[in-house]
Amino acid sequence: MSAGSASERRRHPGLNLHESDAHPSDGEVVFGFWVFMMSDAVLFALLFAVYASLGANTAGGPGPRDVFELDPAAMETLLLLSSFTFGIASLAMKYRRGMALLQGMLATTLLLGLGFLGLEVHDFVGMEDTGALPQVSAFLSAFYVLVPTHFLHVSLGCVWIVVMMVQLRMSGLDRITRTRLLRLGLFWHFLDIVWVMIFSFVFLRGLL
Amino acid sequence: MRIEALAGPWLGRLSLSALPTDSPVAMGAALVAVFGALGVAGYITGKGKWRYLWREWFTSVDHKRIGIMYVVLALVMLARAVIEALVMRLQQADAVNRSGFISAEHFGQLFSTHGSIMIFFMAMPFLTGVINYVMPLQIGARDVSFPVLNSISLMLTAAGAALVMISLVLAPFSTGGWSGYAPFTELRFSPGVGVDYWIWAVTLSSIGSTLTGINFAVTIYKKRAPGMHLFRMPLFCWTALCTSILMIFAMPALTVATALLALDRYLGMHFFTSGGGGNMMVYANLFWLFGHPEVYIVVLPSFGVFSELFSTFSAKKLYGYTSLVLATMTIAVLSFTVWLHHFFTMGQSAHINAAFGIATMLIGIPTGVKVYDWILTMFRGRVRFTTPLLWGLAFLVTFVIGGLSGILLAIPPVDFLVHNTTFLVAHFHNMLIPGTLFGMIAAYQFWFPKAFGFRLEERWGRVAFGCWVIGFYLAFMPLYVLGLEGMPRRSAEVFDEAFRPWLLVAAGGAVLIVLGMAALALQLAMSIRHRDRNRVRAGDPWDGRSLEWSTSSPPPEYNFAKLPEVQGRDAFWTMKRSGRAYPPLERYAPIMLPENSAIGPLLGALGLATAFGLVWRIGWMAGLGTAGALVAVIGWSFVRRPGRTVDERQVERTETRWHAVLVAAVPVSREHECDPRNRGLADVAA
Repeated sequence: MSAGSASERRRHPGLNLHESDAHPSDGEVVFGFWVFMMSDAVLFALLFAVYASLGANTAGGPGPRDVFELDPAAMETLLLLSSFTFGIASLAMKYRRGMALLQGMLATTLLLGLGFLGLEVHDFVGMEDTGALPQVSAFLSAFYVLVPTHFLHVSLGCVWIVVMMVQLRMSGLDRITRTRLLRLGLFWHFLDIVWVMIFSFVFLRGLL
Repeated sequence: MRIEALAGPWLGRLSLSALPTDSPVAMGAALVAVFGALGVAGYITGKGKWRYLWREWFTSVDHKRIGIMYVVLALVMLARAVIEALVMRLQQADAVNRSGFISAEHFGQLFSTHGSIMIFFMAMPFLTGVINYVMPLQIGARDVSFPVLNSISLMLTAAGAALVMISLVLAPFSTGGWSGYAPFTELRFSPGVGVDYWIWAVTLSSIGSTLTGINFAVTIYKKRAPGMHLFRMPLFCWTALCTSILMIFAMPALTVATALLALDRYLGMHFFTSGGGGNMMVYANLFWLFGHPEVYIVVLPSFGVFSELFSTFSAKKLYGYTSLVLATMTIAVLSFTVWLHHFFTMGQSAHINAAFGIATMLIGIPTGVKVYDWILTMFRGRVRFTTPLLWGLAFLVTFVIGGLSGILLAIPPVDFLVHNTTFLVAHFHNMLIPGTLFGMIAAYQFWFPKAFGFRLEERWGRVAFGCWVIGFYLAFMPLYVLGLEGMPRRSAEVFDEAFRPWLLVAAGGAVLIVLGMAALALQLAMSIRHRDRNRVRAGDPWDGRSLEWSTSSPPPEYNFAKLPEVQGRDAFWTMKRSGRAYPPLERYAPIMLPENSAIGPLLGALGLATAFGLVWRIGWMAGLGTAGALVAVIGWSFVRRPGRTVDERQVERTETRWHAVLVAAVPVSREHECDPRNRGLADVAA
């Protein structure tokens, strides 16, 4: 298949994956990751369902109004900007705007991600100080599984960004690093979408 | 907080008291496990085969070898779980108005390991192994999409199985059944390590199965040979696809259920506890949200196997191919809409029960379509009653009986009457033994010659078939009666003299089934001994219809020297009839294959260490296992290997050798299919 044909461009809009007979696996790798994301989405959907069915069971402990604060949650939502910076990184990759821009944008994304993690840790510690521990009630158990599962995903995403920055330094933009960046991007945007869900269904719904 | 428990002394809660010294039966089983493992290890050491096993098998990423390893794992676990079944049947027959020979606690462990093993470590590895071996060959591919991931899935599953085997020695296992219902499995009611064994064994296997599902689905979507449209695929590939989709979407529910249960037990959270706002119905829903699709995960591949069998051994194309595909898809979709029928009695309104009861009965429709299609495939065909087909015929009759009892159970008022009785036990064994196990055994008999180059002995296969089928009816039909008479399932003792005759018959059936297992083992041993007279190296012993039969037996590691061009359904059958089956030797291109990788066994070992550490609260072991796995994955991402090239001369040598076999073989007609004249070349003129 000739690189850059019409059907090729349609397959990965916005990013040119040059496939050839010698390397037929790029499409499989990216498609496989999409399928994995579906499985991960089911996992989050189930955690949301658990939260929805146990969220009212405060068992005499604190409820959402007592423990949630809108400001830090909104701050964390601002860190969704990292999806934007990752988008610029992807464009830098697509239009070959130099390694400096790509690495810089990845570093910015990483910093925003770490900032998000730091703020969340701060929130969790604050909640625990008020006695809102996961052992108190089913509501808090469900909260402490749903939100920290997202936290864990973002942490792994940050590790992945570091690994990619190192691998880009070592071998530049080649077939392997390009598809890995593409998958990392999918992962990162997916986590932003999950955060929007958490912000809407957990924090906003709990406080409004 | 129980975090402290994780950071305990060096061996956590593990001590010598974990050895099952209190029960002679359990001690015997532990000794069998230990000496069995030592015996196998000693044999391998004696033969000096460790290096060979490591290089050619454990680190292999070839889908065929991984498939064989999956099936070996399944057969080993099947042997254990069948013996456990026999012990349970003997106990119940013995324990009428007395305590029998094993304790209630031990009995609880037996039905928990029996169920968990049969589903997670027998059915799942068996079907994964068969799909692994057959599906890439059938679609004309050289391997699955992600060969290394395939090896990782295998090793994670094997780690889970190893954990269950370890629990035989460092006891106890859970007494919560294969479904592990909370709140019984919560710390308050099950304070020991048994439930933890169950949680982590099942978690390891469910991660492996999720990855397998992704791998198979991508393979089927992306790696089909030129011309192999979806609607030209053999039906087995369709069932493999539907099973994979079910794995991708259903396994996360199990992972969530076991993870939340673990959080309850390890960190004192309140998901399913009876206090603190927990709700055990969330567990029941999560578990069966996985559990019901799981039933179809294990049954659909067998449907695929039977479709291949009925068509091959009737020398007819499959009747109603499109309707079979649609029925398979319909079953896969409907399987997500019926989970609630597993707990009709647990407090929903009548309306909800009615809706799920109707959805359950609807599944009977596509399944019925399949049964008619299979019968009509044989109708006016030239049916050959080989061993694989016999299993298929037994399936057809037995499965319909099980299905009818399922329709009864789908009616909520009836379910209320027989809920938690042996009627239910009879029903699901009546579905899963023919629907999964017979299918897998048939697949093993059918594709064995493909994998090893010689046929299995027919005679012992027929003995095994007779023992299994008669044993099945004797063991499970009485349970229908007992259930209707009100005998509760999972009883270590019963107190009604009227149950005794039925229980004795059922125990006799279990003995026959164990004899059937022995006959299968004997069949394998005899077939290996007499392999020279059953050689079918030319590759096509059954006048096969799909592409796997177009290769030599066993196939070369690259499967196809040139990827086949597919013109329609039953690709190989048409090729044979038009004289294009065995293309002449030509100039070959070099073939790239993935290199072997140790990451699979490494991750399996680290997963096992993590799980074992978590079970016994050995903090350092669990921590090192997890950290090691993370480091291993990151480290592996830095390894760049170009792949291994099989050069053109090597391909040519292999192909030339096979062509010599083909030229030497005398085409055999179907009457002589099962005698030594069959060298694997079908006489297509007849």
